[in-house]
Amino acid sequence: MSNAFPIAELGHYALVLALALALVQSVLPLWGAKTNDARLMGIAPTAALAGFAFVAFAFAALTTAYVTSDFSVRNVWENSHSAKPLLFKFSGVWGNHEGSMLLWVLILSLFAALVAVFGRALPKSLLATVLSVQGWIASAFLAFILATSNPFARLDPAPVEGRDLNPILQDIGLAIHPPMLYLGYVGFSIAFAFAVAALIDGRVDSAWARWVRPWTLTAWMFLTAGIAMGSYWAYYELGWGGWWFWDPVENASFMPWIAGTALLHSSIVMEKRGALKIWTILLAIMTFSLSLLGTFLVRSGVLTSVHTFATDPTRGVFILLILVGFIGGSLALFAWRAPLLKPGGLFAPISREGALVFNNLFLVAATATVLVGTLYPLGLEAFTDKKISVGAPFYNLTFGPLMIPVLLAMPFGPMLAWKRGDLAGVAQRLSAALVAAGFAVVLTLVLTGAENLLAPLGAGLGIWLIAGAIVEIADRIKLFRTDFATSWSRLKGLPRSAFGSMLGHSGIGISVIGIAIVTGFQAETITTLKPGETATVASYELRYDGAAPRTGPNYREDVAHFTVTRAGGAPIAMQPTKRFYEARKSGTTEAAIETIWFSQIYLSIGEWSDDGALVVRAYYKPMITLVWLGALVMSFGGLVSLTDRRLRIGIPRRAKKRAVAAIPEPAG
Amino acid sequence: MTRKQRRLTLIGAAGLVLALAAGLVLFALNDQIVFFYTPTDIAGKDLAPGARIRLGGLVEEGSVQQGDGGAVRFAITDTQNRLAVNFVGLLPDLFREGQGVVVEGTLGADGSFKADSVLAKHDETYMPREVADALKKQGVWQGEEGSTTQ
Repeated sequence: MSNAFPIAELGHYALVLALALALVQSVLPLWGAKTNDARLMGIAPTAALAGFAFVAFAFAALTTAYVTSDFSVRNVWENSHSAKPLLFKFSGVWGNHEGSMLLWVLILSLFAALVAVFGRALPKSLLATVLSVQGWIASAFLAFILATSNPFARLDPAPVEGRDLNPILQDIGLAIHPPMLYLGYVGFSIAFAFAVAALIDGRVDSAWARWVRPWTLTAWMFLTAGIAMGSYWAYYELGWGGWWFWDPVENASFMPWIAGTALLHSSIVMEKRGALKIWTILLAIMTFSLSLLGTFLVRSGVLTSVHTFATDPTRGVFILLILVGFIGGSLALFAWRAPLLKPGGLFAPISREGALVFNNLFLVAATATVLVGTLYPLGLEAFTDKKISVGAPFYNLTFGPLMIPVLLAMPFGPMLAWKRGDLAGVAQRLSAALVAAGFAVVLTLVLTGAENLLAPLGAGLGIWLIAGAIVEIADRIKLFRTDFATSWSRLKGLPRSAFGSMLGHSGIGISVIGIAIVTGFQAETITTLKPGETATVASYELRYDGAAPRTGPNYREDVAHFTVTRAGGAPIAMQPTKRFYEARKSGTTEAAIETIWFSQIYLSIGEWSDDGALVVRAYYKPMITLVWLGALVMSFGGLVSLTDRRLRIGIPRRAKKRAVAAIPEPAG
Repeated sequence: MTRKQRRLTLIGAAGLVLALAAGLVLFALNDQIVFFYTPTDIAGKDLAPGARIRLGGLVEEGSVQQGDGGAVRFAITDTQNRLAVNFVGLLPDLFREGQGVVVEGTLGADGSFKADSVLAKHDETYMPREVADALKKQGVWQGEEGSTTQ
């Protein structure tokens, strides 16, 4: 395709301008905040908005090059093909190293622009400082892109056809998973910027926590959904039927999630009670540091996976420098300035604060175990030349035991009073949840013939969490302890965040049930079938009917036809396929998945042998969809919390007064 | 309790949780990690049968034999030594003769390897990193593009 319009050069130029703006945004507003110069401080929002506009322009330029299949742009040639479906031309923009970094910076500058728009009611100097810190991050990553990962490099002469996108990435998952994930872990940069701003200011109060919380919630909500989406994508695309592999790249997004979860909880204490200030600041720094570490692990090429598109040592060194600069710098700032912050309110160990501290201790310890498991092999290889891998058995022994106390204690937390709680009283009020959990254990044991003890206990734990969350709401509205009309009006009067936390906690419970049941009771069959032959998995019979070729837009595939039946049930047609992508000379296997209520039948195939026999791998995965549904419920809980009026960032001062009057805390 | 006592309680609790985490990590690192070896490493070591390891190298040309019920036999070579591998299941899409591969499983008493997973590469142009490094060390590495040693 001829290209008279220099769209790539304009995109490149826009990135350079964005870098210049980010540098301005890094310095002048901060200086303005220091010297109390309103004019300099006023630059920050404008620079943030303009910076976003330039990055968005660059991103649009690259997208245009993809959609018009402009193979004179090297990045497009390497990762696209004219016959590629349009959706994958769009999503292919970030299906490579350069484009993915551009998406990273786009989302970073989007968040800065949002702070500029919604943060107008923030104290001027705080807003200026926060945006300055955002400017530092944007400068570092824009410089990284321009210096080592320019997506706009040209090829001369332009090839006529592209090399196509890695077939494994030609999936709707690529359109959803990376943007969600980045909205999550780049979103934590706002909490980081607020934390650094508080340290620079040497001042922090509960209003600060209220300003940061919506941003943390937003990031957490997207990260939760993004991780769940990635897990489901790996499950159906990679053909192993697994939904979590403890792969270092998964851990890279999981660590900020655990730390972010801890941060969400500690900022509640800070907002409501003015306590745990210093700790919350430290957590905000750690959470974003883990996001940066994740970016480093995935983008530097120290790991090999589907996420690391190419390896180039200069990139690794550059990101490592950014990582060391930001983490080291912010921790040094923390060590220097944190002692200036005044400690907050007192509380007894048994109290809501105490419960949240308990949550934080265990979540942070769990994050640390994941961190060790992720970095230890890298360290060992660097220092001793020994190569090891750390997989599920390690995490089952470390992460698992640390999560159990958190989950067991979870229903207690929201029911304890602030400052000093009554554990025995709460236990009594939770007795209904305990009964429900016990019932779930017994029911699962009976239904499954007591072949496995861990799975029923896991299911009971899940029910404990869900029932506990419901009991908490019932308790707050005095359900059955007063007339129904009063309960109803109390229910309507509850803040949205109460429902948000109920959904969040129930979501964990739902996922736990799914994990327990599928781990304990999944069935697997591997066999070879000729046309007309049958095999069984769990209580299903599958018959292989034969294969037929089919042609797709940029691939051809062999479709294996199966009929799956259960005694007395209607037959289900399932068609796993083997695809071959001509341009890349490589193939993928597309598993066939049939969802029956919350369970799934998963059918994947291997190669055909010369006599027409086909290797078949079939799973029955009971309750597996609960694993992801739970995560979606958690994410939805985040959204519900976000609509709580007290968290509306536009009206911090008014909200502050209201918050004092409007929190109907349960009597202790 | 005074502020100081409360702070000490908190620090004590934090210390306990971290000690627990550290203990679990040390225990698990001792017991639950899997070492990576090449066929040459294994030839030179006296590994106890039954130990879980990862084995990497190239799939030997002409060694792949499909059996019944999804059983596969092939050999992994680093051009100096070879090791026979038994596996039941689906091979990844990018599994080919002459290409790099990593398998995880246990070494049998007869010296053959029983793999329970064959690790997929996600992209045809990249060699599993461990394999690439191992081949470089033996001087049979050619180029960055995952090319084989023909």
